[in-house]
Amino acid sequence: MVTLTAPESLETAATAEAPTKVDLADAPVRGLNQDLHHAVDGQSWTVANPGGKHSLAVGITADVTVTIDGHAGYYAAGMHQKGTVTVDGNAGVGLAENIMSGTVHVKGDASQSAAATGHGGLVVIDGNAGARCGISMKGVDIVVGGNIGHMSAFMAQAGRLVVCGDAGDALGDSIYEARIYVKGTVASLGADCIEKPLREEHLAELAELLEAAGRTDNPADFRRYGSARNLYHFHVDNSTAY
Amino acid sequence: MTITSVPAPAQAPAGIAASDIAALGLRESATFDRATIADIQRAAATGVYDIRGWGAKRKVPHFDDLLFLGASMSRYPLEGYREKCDTDVVLGDRHASRPLHLATPVTIAGMSFGALSANAKEALGRGASEVGTSTTTGDGGMTPEERGQSKHLVYQYLPSRYGMNPDDLRKADAIEIVLGQGAKPGGGGMLLGQKITERVAGMRTLPVGIDQRSASRHPDWTGPDDLEIKIGELREITDWKTPIYVKVGASRPYYDTALAVKSGADVVVLDGMQGGTAATQQVFIENVGIPTLAAIPQVVQALQELGVHRKVQLIVSGGIRTGADVAKAMALGADAVAIGTAALIALGDNDPRYAAEYAELGSAAGFYDDFQDGRDPAGITTQDPSLASRLDPVAAGKRLANYLRVLTMEAQTIARACGKSHLHNLEPEDLVALTIEASAMARVPLAGTSWIPGVQGSF
Repeated sequence: MVTLTAPESLETAATAEAPTKVDLADAPVRGLNQDLHHAVDGQSWTVANPGGKHSLAVGITADVTVTIDGHAGYYAAGMHQKGTVTVDGNAGVGLAENIMSGTVHVKGDASQSAAATGHGGLVVIDGNAGARCGISMKGVDIVVGGNIGHMSAFMAQAGRLVVCGDAGDALGDSIYEARIYVKGTVASLGADCIEKPLREEHLAELAELLEAAGRTDNPADFRRYGSARNLYHFHVDNSTAY
Repeated sequence: MTITSVPAPAQAPAGIAASDIAALGLRESATFDRATIADIQRAAATGVYDIRGWGAKRKVPHFDDLLFLGASMSRYPLEGYREKCDTDVVLGDRHASRPLHLATPVTIAGMSFGALSANAKEALGRGASEVGTSTTTGDGGMTPEERGQSKHLVYQYLPSRYGMNPDDLRKADAIEIVLGQGAKPGGGGMLLGQKITERVAGMRTLPVGIDQRSASRHPDWTGPDDLEIKIGELREITDWKTPIYVKVGASRPYYDTALAVKSGADVVVLDGMQGGTAATQQVFIENVGIPTLAAIPQVVQALQELGVHRKVQLIVSGGIRTGADVAKAMALGADAVAIGTAALIALGDNDPRYAAEYAELGSAAGFYDDFQDGRDPAGITTQDPSLASRLDPVAAGKRLANYLRVLTMEAQTIARACGKSHLHNLEPEDLVALTIEASAMARVPLAGTSWIPGVQGSF
């Protein structure tokens, strides 16, 4: 006989595994990361008293949910794959650097080099991001609610950077095929970065990105920037551009 | 570079036999020699600096300027074929739980798939694995062929982060954080459009056929304090199993080494200015950085002062060609060496059997350094499928294994003559220098004297 289980108990089963609580006031970061590397899909963690410690929740490879209650130091969620990491605070240098997939969400501000070299996934920063946001990005999507600092999207190769505030100097310097959307002002564009027309397909992808980031901004309020592709080949006439 | 870079004495002016130059009373300028004149003419014609492969071609004080003393009345030699002289080396046991244990201290330096063909990378892996040593990825990620054929594979972590993938990072036997390379300390990578094929472009997330100029600074850390945190992150991701090397191009090696040690490196990799490159401005190769010989004692001094010599291992590269070079580098304090240019030559680079084709490219066997062009007749520094197919990875791997064995046996020959039962027992006391320059740089006495300029004694 098949035993039927009441819906109530199914629900209980699904939520039976309450988040594992880690208090970094008295537990080492090493233990947290080691446990996360042995995690299986569906598990979740909450991290108390992160105290700006470095390398929190780095190298995740399973579809887990990690919530950090407070500020994170350098390289939070570094090389992230699958899963979701939320920082309920600010994040230090190199947030989600080289992210491959999954989502990293910072509710406060992020320091410089946020999502640097990211190959995929989504990084959402509700506040501001510092200099070099999206530097050498290689496919990651980044949505920043506030402003971004200078030299952001430097040598950006692929992926999309959405800025709901203003961008600092030298935006998109030496950019390759990444696309940048900025709602506010751009202090200056870097070498080989130009404004480009915002067409239907761009409005559509922008709407998707904003929605994924939980934002209500109007895509039509943004401007698009990308590569002029003038520096893709060495040419004597470009020598003053470098 | 074209054939115009042939050293002046080797070549007579066009149409004039070398023996006739003196008879005609022709006097070549030492300042404006023929190679210099050709450089000026080339610059005037093109408006672009010269880009080429290989390392510094200028003559600098090198291992050739050192000699071993050998055993004598006061030193006891080992029997050449009867008594053991061990060659193994452990790399990365300072912090990593899974250090490398290599059978020979001669390793293969970082060279990228992209700069080299897939067959060449496979051959490097095969040759290295056959003799129990490591090979290294380069700027462009790890290929399955390379991982598959390499028993010990070092994964380079470079400023560009092309193809940087945490799955590959976890598959690596060691991680090498690259701050610089000897051919161009302070310079980023370069790969011209001819070599950015679909596969190379895909691995690097770049448009096909563009001239790739990669970053010279890491995107997410600046300086030694950040590097310490970065190394911490890499250790956390690899659960403290994987050794972490820090590679520096020789410029300020004393300070770079001290800071690398402070940052938590397991191994320091030192690359002197003779170390090769796949593509760099000639002016950079020839004028930035210091010779390998001058750099080693500075690194060893830093390691000794910090009490970590032999605990943080030292790998030296840049101009290693023979077992004597291996032995000299180790006597000066290296734990291991790495070869790049010499390994490519062992695979078949600059082979005289392609003389006619080198001539067509305006070069010659023994001089060919246009690795940036991707038209290598030997099929090594190319992405052209028909050229690349000329290199049989099995046969080339065998040649490399042969060469690595010779280097090891030669170094053992010298070590036994000096009475050492392990290559690591070689020491500066076994060495003298032939020139004052080499004596001052290597910090060993000028032969026949007790004088080390700047350190002890007087002439």
